Amino acid sequence: MDSPIHRLDPRSKFILTIGFFVSALMFTNIIALLVIFFAQVPGIVLAKSPRRWLRSLRGGLFLFIFIFVMNVIFGTPIVTALAFAIRFLAIMSAFSFFFMTTSADDLGLALEQIHVPYSISFTFTTAVRLVPTMAVDAQTVVDAQRSRGLELDKGNFMKRIRNYIPILIPLIISAIRRSVELAEALESRAFGASEKRTAIVTLKMRIADYLVIVATIIGLGLAVYVYLRVPLPNLVIPIQIPRLF
Amino acid sequence: MISTENVSFHYTAGSNVLQNVNLQIKDGEFVAIMGENGAGKTTLVKMFNGLLKPTVGSVLVDGVNTREKSVAQLSRDVGLIFQNPDHQLFAETVREEVAFSLRNFGFKEDIIQGRITNVLTTLDLDRYEKSSPFVLSGGERKRVALAAVLAWDPKHVVMDEPTIGQDYLQKDHLRNFIVQITSQGKTVVIVTHDVEFVAECKPRVVLLSHGKIIADGPAAEILTNPQTLQQASLVMPQIASLMKNLKDFNPPPNIIDAFSAKAFFSGKLKGRVAAGAPTQRR
Repeated sequence: MDSPIHRLDPRSKFILTIGFFVSALMFTNIIALLVIFFAQVPGIVLAKSPRRWLRSLRGGLFLFIFIFVMNVIFGTPIVTALAFAIRFLAIMSAFSFFFMTTSADDLGLALEQIHVPYSISFTFTTAVRLVPTMAVDAQTVVDAQRSRGLELDKGNFMKRIRNYIPILIPLIISAIRRSVELAEALESRAFGASEKRTAIVTLKMRIADYLVIVATIIGLGLAVYVYLRVPLPNLVIPIQIPRLF
Repeated sequence: MISTENVSFHYTAGSNVLQNVNLQIKDGEFVAIMGENGAGKTTLVKMFNGLLKPTVGSVLVDGVNTREKSVAQLSRDVGLIFQNPDHQLFAETVREEVAFSLRNFGFKEDIIQGRITNVLTTLDLDRYEKSSPFVLSGGERKRVALAAVLAWDPKHVVMDEPTIGQDYLQKDHLRNFIVQITSQGKTVVIVTHDVEFVAECKPRVVLLSHGKIIADGPAAEILTNPQTLQQASLVMPQIASLMKNLKDFNPPPNIIDAFSAKAFFSGKLKGRVAAGAPTQRR
């Protein structure tokens, strides 16, 4: 996919992501966290990825509910519990936005150019690159076991958990086998033979990248100012849930 | 019987993987579904046990629409053996691996043990019954995957690329095994690119290209038609290709396997001997 966001340097996008991450960690106020969450939407629209973004949020829905419920059970006020859950969503959204708009190749180049050792950057980008492959493998394993009569959605809670053993074991073994084969292929192609590597493509920061970095610094500065100096209104929901623990 | 009625399917809107496929596979038939990569072969057979439901049209297994039954219910009658056995092996022993599906289908334990013993003996895996499936060779793991499906005795057996990674001896065993189970009345459907294997087995051949059926008929007829084969990105079996080049001998157009070729040339040789023609170069 091509968009102004996709064309940004990964380093500037990562700084933007860290900006959202740090801002989200600072606040427990629900209004501030909602602002941080929705502040990402213009970037997502510009990246022409609203559907993918919504799908990724759907993936985090279970944890969102889990964080909310667990906090309420342990006595956190409802609004604060909701704020914690939204914080999780804001952080997840920021990183999801980064990985949706950055190819594994560009990510690898960026890591190299900031002098991360090549073995580490390669490991990281290979892991990212293999996620869609593993997803396809997972679906194939699920299909194979369903074809043998496995019904994942049948039975009580413990039975449903155990139903995933025939899915996880083939997947893990397949991943290990793939890793061994990849390692052998890399060794056969002289991976690591030379300390100095050359690159056909190098990343260059453009004006848009510097603008994004400046905007991030200004945004972060504003967040710190608001955190330290601006009293934000607190939402209160007058419902008392008895503490279970 | 397995039948598809005007079946079309897409994974993403606007890109049909299958287009208006009409196919009937009678009980006890042996059918090879062939075609180029991306033709829709695996997609089609995944509809037979309900893993995929058609976007348009219906798939009927023994008269029942696959939309009306779960995958588990359909799998009881349609056993699908996947291309890569490593996608399903997970148990500690071969015995437990085969028992898995039998337990899912609700068989009683004494019947399970009996069936496991029978199927492992049939597929020459009894010496491995207490071994981990992960320490077996590729061909042996493939046989374990086959045993795991045959143990529950499905009426229809579907194999996705069963000859990949198999040496000639294993392919020969597979061919004999297919003959054995079709003689027991089972329907066998294989998805394959292996024209040589299909030429030796001589099943009914269904050729797919770009999601459509472009040919359907006996192997001898389909595998000797160069235009149709080219459309499906397949090549003629070597014997058929050789026969085409030996026009001077006037071979029949439908010889695709070594046995038939041998019979033809034996007949020719006998004819020459009878006619007093020289049979050797001096």
